[in-house]
Amino acid sequence: MRGVIGGVASAAMALALWAGLVRLFDLPRFILPGPEAVAAALWRDRLLLADHAATTLTEIGAGLVIGTLLGALLALVLALLPGLARGLHPVLIVSQTVPVFALAPILTLWLGYGMAAKIVMAVLIIFFPVSTGFLHGLRRTEPGWLALARVMGGSRWRILWHLRVPAALPDLAGGLRLAATYAPIGAVIGEWVGGSRGLGYLMLMANGRARTDLLFAALLVLVALTLALRAAADRLADRLTRHATGG
Amino acid sequence: MTALLLRGSALRGGRVLLRDLDLAVAAGQWTCLLGPSGVGKTTILRLCAGLADGVEWRGRLVTPGPGQVALMAQDDLLLPWLSARDNVALGARLRGVPPDLVQADRLLARVGLAGRAGHKPAALSGGERQRVALARTLMEDRPVILLDEPFSALDAGTRARMQDLAAELLAGRTVLMVTHDPAEAARLGEAIHVLTGAGTERIVPPAGPIPRAVEDPGLLRVQAALLARLREGVPCAA
Repeated sequence: MRGVIGGVASAAMALALWAGLVRLFDLPRFILPGPEAVAAALWRDRLLLADHAATTLTEIGAGLVIGTLLGALLALVLALLPGLARGLHPVLIVSQTVPVFALAPILTLWLGYGMAAKIVMAVLIIFFPVSTGFLHGLRRTEPGWLALARVMGGSRWRILWHLRVPAALPDLAGGLRLAATYAPIGAVIGEWVGGSRGLGYLMLMANGRARTDLLFAALLVLVALTLALRAAADRLADRLTRHATGG
Repeated sequence: MTALLLRGSALRGGRVLLRDLDLAVAAGQWTCLLGPSGVGKTTILRLCAGLADGVEWRGRLVTPGPGQVALMAQDDLLLPWLSARDNVALGARLRGVPPDLVQADRLLARVGLAGRAGHKPAALSGGERQRVALARTLMEDRPVILLDEPFSALDAGTRARMQDLAAELLAGRTVLMVTHDPAEAARLGEAIHVLTGAGTERIVPPAGPIPRAVEDPGLLRVQAALLARLREGVPCAA
């Protein structure tokens, strides 16, 4: 409850500061619209915003599902084949030094202006934290459990499935938490580089037409979307952690 | 009949882990291996369980084949996300055979946990968790049981009750128990070996069937002798 009050208070202060700045310097609307102008745009263009937000959300959702599945799959394969993991490790590290955003124009070139390029962007961003988080968890299974499972005569597959995977679920959830925060960035960058739909496209268009109030409104919607995703990922992470610790 | 035989030395990467070991474990008996921490007791159990990766053995080594051994350790090693019942039945799941949950419940009842089969480990006390681990060990139904200080983390009263229960339920099996507690070795050992840096030494156990009464004079004498043996075996800083 105290957290909620604190959150509301700091949000109110930020709004007051924002409105004060706009008044004090008499800023034109196309440079920085006041909070009331953004709120008005949010209401007036609600259908437009909802329409584009639905596109972005679909891209993020598809990216999260595909990226998580691929990331988890790679972690499982690497956990079963440590030799392959050692061989692939440098490749993975190098691949992470490539800024994904720099790939956006190429992805648009290859995949066109539709959703596919944006989904691939989101997948590329989500894949790595999910994969490394899960693999980290799969690799540090309690050694005593593994010794017990070996004495019991468990196969590698079944030990992975019954023991290492459930024990690593909190780490997978940690990766998902990161992924949920970064996935919207991937989708929006994809929309900036080329596209005719989505919140990123809407922001670019609003900027070009000096509709700064609409740009801020779209930004607020994106922030709200990301926060909601993050909250959902947090809840999932808590549930998986409670499951794994038996609490 | 000898179920386990370790005669020789163990090395890892050229470094000697165990020197001049001479340990024969008779089938169907409870053998205690007593020694201070860090002397290599766990290495011996790992050798017996087929878990000693990277350990080279020089000498004779007779260990049970795969599927002959069950293991119980100081840590209960229960999976926190499984109920007591599912923990007891874990072995079957790992081997890909349908678990016998009726038998799991029966064994939980035998260790005094009837009605707690659905509880997760977090809802059980330390002593109860170690009872679940004992039921899981029994569930495996193996001829050779390896115990790695299984009761050392329990309070004295619980430990004595667990010793009674284990001695009763594991009767007739080949048991090798590693412990650093002379009282426990004197109470449960039908054969007692003391392990020091210099090798192994056989000590004559107290007379009588196990679990022996803690106030038994013969037991107390052996316990004192074991403690003395441990004290002279370990160089003391003071």
